[in-house]
Amino acid sequence: MSGQGEGMRDTVTDEGYMTADGRKIGGVAMEMRNITLRFGGVVAIKDISFDIRWGEIRAIIGPNGAGKSSMLNVISGFYHPQEGEVIYKGYKRPAMRPYQVAQQGIARTFQNIALFEGMSVLDNIMTGRLHHMKANMFQQAIWWGRAAREEAENRAQVEKIIDFLEIQHIRKTPVSRLPYGLKKRVELARALAAEPAILLLDEPMAGMNVEEKEDMCRFILDVNDEFGTTTVLIEHDMGVVMDLSDRVVVMDYGKKIGDGTPDEVRNNQEVINAYLGVAHD
Amino acid sequence: MPDTLLFALEASLNGLTAGVMYALVALGFVLIFKASGIFNFAQGVLALFAALTLVGFQSGQIPFSHLINATLGTRLHHFGWNMPTVLAIPATVLVMIGLAILVERFILKHLINQEPIILFMATIGLAYFLEGFGDIMWGAEVKALDVGLPKGMSMAVDDATFNWFGYGFYIDRLEIWAAGIAAVLVAVLTVFSQYTKQGRALRAVADDHQAALSVGISLRFIWVLTWSIAGIVALVAGIMWGSKSGVQFSLSLIALKALPVLILGGFTSIPGAIVGGLIIGVGEKLFDFFMNPIIGGATENWFAYMLALVFLLFRPQGLFGERIIERV
Amino acid sequence: MLYREAGDFKTSYVADSQTFPIKFDRYGYYVLLGFAFLVMPLIINDYWANSIVVPFLIYAIAALGLNILIGYCGQLSLGTGGFMAVGAYASYKMMTAFPELNIIFVIIIAGMVTACVGVLFGLPSLRIKGFYLAVATLAAQFFLIWLFTRTAWFYNYSPTGMISAPTREVFGVPVTGPRASAVSMYMICLCFLVASAWLARNLTRGSMGRKWMAIRDMDIAAEIIGVNPLIAKLTAFAVSSFLVGISGALLFAVYLGAAEAGEAFGIDKSFLVLFMVIIGGLGSIFGAFAGAAFLIVGPVLLKLLLVNSLGWPTDLAAHLEIMIVGALIIVFLIVEPHGIAALWRTIKEKLRLWPFPY
Repeated sequence: MSGQGEGMRDTVTDEGYMTADGRKIGGVAMEMRNITLRFGGVVAIKDISFDIRWGEIRAIIGPNGAGKSSMLNVISGFYHPQEGEVIYKGYKRPAMRPYQVAQQGIARTFQNIALFEGMSVLDNIMTGRLHHMKANMFQQAIWWGRAAREEAENRAQVEKIIDFLEIQHIRKTPVSRLPYGLKKRVELARALAAEPAILLLDEPMAGMNVEEKEDMCRFILDVNDEFGTTTVLIEHDMGVVMDLSDRVVVMDYGKKIGDGTPDEVRNNQEVINAYLGVAHD
Repeated sequence: MPDTLLFALEASLNGLTAGVMYALVALGFVLIFKASGIFNFAQGVLALFAALTLVGFQSGQIPFSHLINATLGTRLHHFGWNMPTVLAIPATVLVMIGLAILVERFILKHLINQEPIILFMATIGLAYFLEGFGDIMWGAEVKALDVGLPKGMSMAVDDATFNWFGYGFYIDRLEIWAAGIAAVLVAVLTVFSQYTKQGRALRAVADDHQAALSVGISLRFIWVLTWSIAGIVALVAGIMWGSKSGVQFSLSLIALKALPVLILGGFTSIPGAIVGGLIIGVGEKLFDFFMNPIIGGATENWFAYMLALVFLLFRPQGLFGERIIERV
Repeated sequence: MLYREAGDFKTSYVADSQTFPIKFDRYGYYVLLGFAFLVMPLIINDYWANSIVVPFLIYAIAALGLNILIGYCGQLSLGTGGFMAVGAYASYKMMTAFPELNIIFVIIIAGMVTACVGVLFGLPSLRIKGFYLAVATLAAQFFLIWLFTRTAWFYNYSPTGMISAPTREVFGVPVTGPRASAVSMYMICLCFLVASAWLARNLTRGSMGRKWMAIRDMDIAAEIIGVNPLIAKLTAFAVSSFLVGISGALLFAVYLGAAEAGEAFGIDKSFLVLFMVIIGGLGSIFGAFAGAAFLIVGPVLLKLLLVNSLGWPTDLAAHLEIMIVGALIIVFLIVEPHGIAALWRTIKEKLRLWPFPY
């Protein structure tokens, strides 16, 4: 292990590495191996491999249509790649439905907010805890014992997250009445309520103003800090990505063109070409 | 040729004409769905209402006479004259256009931007309203409708099939006419939508509401237009069915079968509506023909829906629909 | 000033998530329950029981059931009449096959049978949505009615094709058959309604209800955050059909006494209950009650007005009734798509501020 002294990053080993700000990153949580995803004739993702480590903030960036959201959808089990495999916690993940993936501790937010508009903020966040609630239908029907107890316990957990994200005042408001920025925050709350092992954020700052972005950045860092949640995020705002993330995957036209620390990626010629364009002559 | 096969063939030919009927009602559905995204449950009742109005005009009935008699104690029934069919049909068309304007003015305008399911339920409400309204306006008794279409067994078909197979098929001439008129109607509609300005506007709206609005097409006008056309299609369907089995409430129930037709054909495809209608018409006759000895009769009541259900399980997007790709 | 929540502090999450968080509501509810159980049995007579109260209680159960399916889980069904028929025929077969079985159990088991049939016809909902599902449930409606009218076993080979309820007793008091009194009919329906409402409320307040609502609001997102759509949809079908089946069994055994599938449980019943749910308010327990009350009491009042006071012929009044119901549906959808329940909520919000609106 070398390089710690100068505040440089460790070489990434199997056991993990140390970040610039001194956080210890663990071993491999999830590994994508040679993922290829096609829609009919269109290749959305072409032979991409990378890994996600316990405790790190991992960003996926790339121009529009690069296949970032498709990648996230592969991780959350919504799309099933034609080739390649997903290794999670050391085992190859079999083809499973999205809800099974969620039950394995992978929670996410969506690019276009996907809250349940007909429910209150509290109920929305409570849906994040569904797989922590085990009471069966009959226990719930008579609302006795386990069902009532579980409801109160999980409510207490949810209230912690409500406090953490500072949304106490809108607890009982119907989600449909909230402004955009708050909706994004409620969505994060719902994902956090699941106490996920890996948190997927699909453009968490899209369409926000500077102040809201700063708030969101703080929340993402705090979440990582407080709960040690492994976070994978897609984001367009370069400044945000470089500040937030420990390692970055760069995609372009469905291919991986770069992978490494923000500094490494910034200096990668291919990445520069993809973002700034290159004269084809 | 073995007899069973001949009988089955005859049954399926009879089914074809019922299928034309279903297809006509389904056509009205498709027109409205394409133009406004509304699943118009009232299409069947529209056909009933059109037929009732036509009979009313023809026989010179006084509208609401029943109601007027009940409130004022009078004994009104008829004006005392009969309107010739050539006048009665245009008059009914005018009524259907008026109805389209009222529907737009009092229902659609207020429900813009509501979820499809709300609009769907509103058309169920409209169906109930029109049913009650039609009954109050023209009376609820079964009425005979005669617009001068030929009836009775078609000798030509009988002779021809007798010469070919040695067994004469029984086909009603009315049904041959019905098929012919339906074909003409579809042709006219196609020409209208391809070659006229309104038709192009209609297709533009069907394609993309927002974009159509932004190039200056009036959505409200288009809605009145489509509901008028749907009303006219309903009138044709009403005439066919009314000539065959009288104008009565069961007409609107038969029109419910247009729903499975749509499932087979897809909600936005005119050829789909026609093919779907024919499949259901023939299918239910054949199913009844073969299954009647085994499970009993009256399977027409549910065959169409069951067929649609089974079909949906394998191809949720319909025969001609495109595959749905879900996105987040 | 009377109606407010200020000063009514909650100190636990349990207290905060109770059914009637406002004191005034809670006491109102107790008073209503007391009235229904203690006072009504003393004052109810045959006319009131037969024309309004008993049908209201029975249809309220059906509306509760359908509201769970449509209002909470977002699955449109037009097969309610067919499922009510399942409840009715199941109770009939049970009553005739096991005469000594208590009628309460007969009705509950009839509900369970209906739940199984409901799950069976709910299976397509895994593949199809919205209008498509509505058409698929029409298959249930027409097929079930056909089955019950065509298969003699279901009506015990009776020559009329009708089923008729034999006399059955609860605590020695006949509740079905010709000897049942208005009070006993009222009481058994009331008990089933209160139990159904309690059940529905419990199921919709907890994780089950949230799963249903998540599927209703955005099914894809629901699945990605961990809701198993298979289980959520099928439980909604099961619970909904259970309640609808109970209401069908009560309608046949207690209220009608004799029935024929096509006539008593036709497609018009499906629409009637659907209208109750829409007018009352989708996704609201209170709405099911309000909608049932509206569509049971409304026509009776209309008939009283038109036929008895103005002397109109009954058929004309019936047509006007259809017309008015249709118009009301449209008006409600335009003015308040969430029905009477939402109107009621608005009134309560206003009351909270009254008499100082700022």
